Amino acid sequence: MNENQYVIFRLGSEFYGIKIDNVETIERIMPITRVPKAHTYINGVINLRGEIVPIIDLRLRLGLEKKEYDSETRIIVNKMQDMMIGYIVDSASEVKEIPASLIDYTAFDNNIDETFVKGVGKIQGDMIILLDVDKIIQK
Amino acid sequence: MLDFEQYIDIFLDESKEHLQNLNQCLMTFENNKENFETINEIFRIAHTLKGMSATMGFETIASLTHKMENILDGIRSHKLQADQAVVDILFEGLDILEEQIKSIESSVKEKKTDISDIISRLEVMENPKKTEIVSKKEELILNSTNDNTNGETSKIDLKISSEDMETISSVSEELQKDGYNIYKILVSLEPNCMLKAARAFLVFKTLESNGEIVYSDPSSDDIEDEKFDLEFTLLYSTKIEEEEIKNMILDISEVKSVMTESFSLEKIETYSQPDSKENEEAEDFKMDKSESEDSVKSDSKKSSDSSGESAAKKNKTGKTVRVDIDRLDNLMNLVSELIIVKTRLEDDEISSDAQNMAEAVEYLERITTSLHDAVTKVRMVPVERVFNRFPRMVRDLSRELNKEIELFMSGEETEVDRTVIDEIGDPLIHLIRNSLDHGIEIPEERIKKGKPEKGTVSLIAYPDGNTVVIEVSDDGAGINIPRVREKAISKGIITAEQARDMEDKNIAELIFDAGFSTADKISDISGRGVGLDVVKTKIEALGGNVEIETQQNTGSSFVIRLPLTLAIIQALLVVIGNEKYAIPLNNIKEITDINKNNIRYIEKKEIVLYRDKPLALIRLSSVLDCPIQNELAEEMTVVIVKKGDKELGLIIDSLIGQQEIVIKSLGKYLNYVKEIAGATILGNGGVALIIDTNSLF
Repeated sequence: MNENQYVIFRLGSEFYGIKIDNVETIERIMPITRVPKAHTYINGVINLRGEIVPIIDLRLRLGLEKKEYDSETRIIVNKMQDMMIGYIVDSASEVKEIPASLIDYTAFDNNIDETFVKGVGKIQGDMIILLDVDKIIQK
Repeated sequence: MLDFEQYIDIFLDESKEHLQNLNQCLMTFENNKENFETINEIFRIAHTLKGMSATMGFETIASLTHKMENILDGIRSHKLQADQAVVDILFEGLDILEEQIKSIESSVKEKKTDISDIISRLEVMENPKKTEIVSKKEELILNSTNDNTNGETSKIDLKISSEDMETISSVSEELQKDGYNIYKILVSLEPNCMLKAARAFLVFKTLESNGEIVYSDPSSDDIEDEKFDLEFTLLYSTKIEEEEIKNMILDISEVKSVMTESFSLEKIETYSQPDSKENEEAEDFKMDKSESEDSVKSDSKKSSDSSGESAAKKNKTGKTVRVDIDRLDNLMNLVSELIIVKTRLEDDEISSDAQNMAEAVEYLERITTSLHDAVTKVRMVPVERVFNRFPRMVRDLSRELNKEIELFMSGEETEVDRTVIDEIGDPLIHLIRNSLDHGIEIPEERIKKGKPEKGTVSLIAYPDGNTVVIEVSDDGAGINIPRVREKAISKGIITAEQARDMEDKNIAELIFDAGFSTADKISDISGRGVGLDVVKTKIEALGGNVEIETQQNTGSSFVIRLPLTLAIIQALLVVIGNEKYAIPLNNIKEITDINKNNIRYIEKKEIVLYRDKPLALIRLSSVLDCPIQNELAEEMTVVIVKKGDKELGLIIDSLIGQQEIVIKSLGKYLNYVKEIAGATILGNGGVALIIDTNSLF
C-alpha cells in the first residue's frame, strides 16, 4: 500500500522525497548535542523521547551550503537497520504518492558513489528528487 | 510441514535445556557407572531430542541422537558394558549436538558437519553384540512377522469391509507390481496422550513422505475428529523397510508402540509361492535401500531450502530472559501506581498548592526508585547459566592434563544482569583454565608437598552490596612471587628499583600486565599469565575489577567484583567549553586543582609533578574540539583517571557534581567515535556524552 508513498521536503528551492516506509516521525528542531570527532555533516545527537538519535544535516551531506535553523526546520527521523537517524531539512509538509511510472531513473547511474539520488519523480510539472537513504547513511 | 518459524524458538529453548541436562546426567553417570536411573534419564532426554529434531526436520541431530540412543539402550538393558570409551563417545556426540543447536540458533540451519565418522564409531560400539541389543519389543515383532510367514493368523486385526476390499485389492495389486511392499501397521499412542488427532496426523504425514497410505481403520476423517481410542491400523505401501517405518513412527513423541506386518493379497486369498516371494523381497531390499536414501537426501534438501528462506528473514534469534511472574506482577503494580501519581499531578487543584505538589513529587520519586529496582530485577539471571558449563570443562581439561581435579561450585543462584552474564563467561573460562593448567600441580608433586592428591578448584559467587563477587580459587602452587618479579624486570615492565619497593601483592598483579602475558613461555614460571590482561580488560569494561590473593604452595584466588547492572552508573558531570560531559566515577582516582605555573613541557606534552610523581595532562577541550575557555585561569581543575596502574590528568573547565546516570548507546552509526562511550539524558532533557577515558591513554 505504501509502495509509492513519499515524504516530500524542501532544501533550498528544490523538493526532495524519501520513501515513507522508513520514516518514523517528523519533529520540529530541538536542542542538538554536538558529538566530537564525528563526520562534519553529523550535527550531533538529540533526545527523542528517551532515545538517543544521531542527526545528519542533509544540506551538508548533499553538499549544499549551511543554513540557520528556523521555525520551518524539521527533523525527519528514519528507522533503518534497527537504528534511528534524523535528517535536518528546511521544511517538510506532505506525503505524496508517486507512481513508479512517473519516476525517471535513467538520468542517474546508481553505480556512481557520488550521487545520493535514486531518480526524479515528476508530478504535475513539479520535479521531486528522490533520495537513496541507504547511500546517505553510508560512510 | 509444521510452521517452522513459529516453533523454532521453542525448539531451541527446549533443546538447550535438554542438552544441559544431558551434560549433567552424563557427568553423574561417568562418576557412577552403575547408576541406571541416570542412564534411563539420559535415554529419555536423547529420545525427546530425537523426536523434537525429527519433527523440525533437523536430520543430522535426529540421526545422531538415534545412534546415541541405541548405545544407551544397550547399556540400559545390560547388553553393553558402560566403559570410559562409551562415555567419551557420548560426550563427543553431545558436543556435536551442541554445535548443531548453536548453528541453528544463528542461521536457522544445521551445520554441515560430517557426522558419518562418529556415527560409524557408534555403530561399531553398538555392533559387537548387536543381535542381543535388539530390544524385547522388536523381538516380539520379529516373531510376529515370522509367525505370519509360517501362515499363522495375523496378529494385527484389520477390519475391511468387502466394498473397500475391492478397491484395496485392485490398488495394492498395481502397487505391488510396481515393486512396492504393503504393510499393515498398528500404531498405539500413549494412554495419557493429549492431542491424539495431532499425533495421528504426524504419523500420517511422516508415512506419506515415504509412501502411500492405502487404507486406515478408523477412517482418516474419524481419526482427524479424534473418533478413535489409542490405536489405529493402517495399510501402507512403500519401498522402505519395515524396520525403518517403525523407527520413523516411534520418533514421533507419545507413540507408545508400533507393530508392522507385511500385508499381501495372496495371504488373504491364497498363500502362493512363499519361497519365491522371499527371494523377491531380498532383491527388493537392495533397491529399496538406495531409493530410500535418495528420498532422505531430497527431503533434507527441501528442508534446508525452506530454512534458507527463513534465515534470510530472521538471521538471529533474539536474546531472551525468563522472568518469574511475581517480578512482572510487581512491575505491573508499580506502573499502576505511576499512573495514579500522573493523574494526581494533572489535577489542577494540586499543582496550585505547593505543599501538595511537593508531596506528589516525593511520591513519584519513590515509585521511580522502586520501578528501577524492579526492572533491574527483571533483567537478572542466575550465574548458574554460566557456571553450568564448567564441570564439563574441568573434567575434560583435567583428563587432558593428567591431573585429578575437583570443581567445587557454590552460589550458582546469585543473580547478575543479563548483559553481564553474556560477557563474564570468557574471562571465567580463562581463569579456570589458568588454575587447572598452572595452579594445580601434578599428583606426584602434590603428594610430595603433603597435599591431597586431588586438587580442588572452587568457583564461588555471592552478592555483596551493590556488587556481585565471583571467586575463582585453587589449592595449587600459588604464584611464585620472586619469579614474577624477575620476569617483570627482564621484560622491562618495572625497574629493579621499583621491584624492591613493591609489595608482594602488587607484584602478583603484574601478571595482568599486557606486556607480561605476551611473553613467549609463560608456563615456565610457576605462576600464570596467558592472556590474563584480556581477563582484566574485559572485567574492567564491564565496570568491575579483579584482585589476586596468593600464597606460595597453598594456592591463589582471583576475586572478581562486578556491578549488579550495567545500564546505570555513578558519574561525574563536568563542563568542557560550553558543553556538559559525564566521566564514569569508577575510572576516576581523584580530583585536584593544579597551578598553571607548575606545568612543564616534555616533548610537547604537558606534565606536572603531582605527589612526587610525573602526571601527564590532557586538555579535554582540545581532544573534544570544544571552544576554549578559562585559558587565562591560574588554577586548573584536573580529574585524574586511571587505567590499570596508569594515570592521566584531564583538564576540564569546571565541575558540576556526581550523579547517577543511565547509559544509552550512541548507536551503530556513531560507534566510530572512540572518545565517547555513550550518552545520557540529563534532568532537563538535554543530552550529555559519556567520555571513554580508557581511549585517552
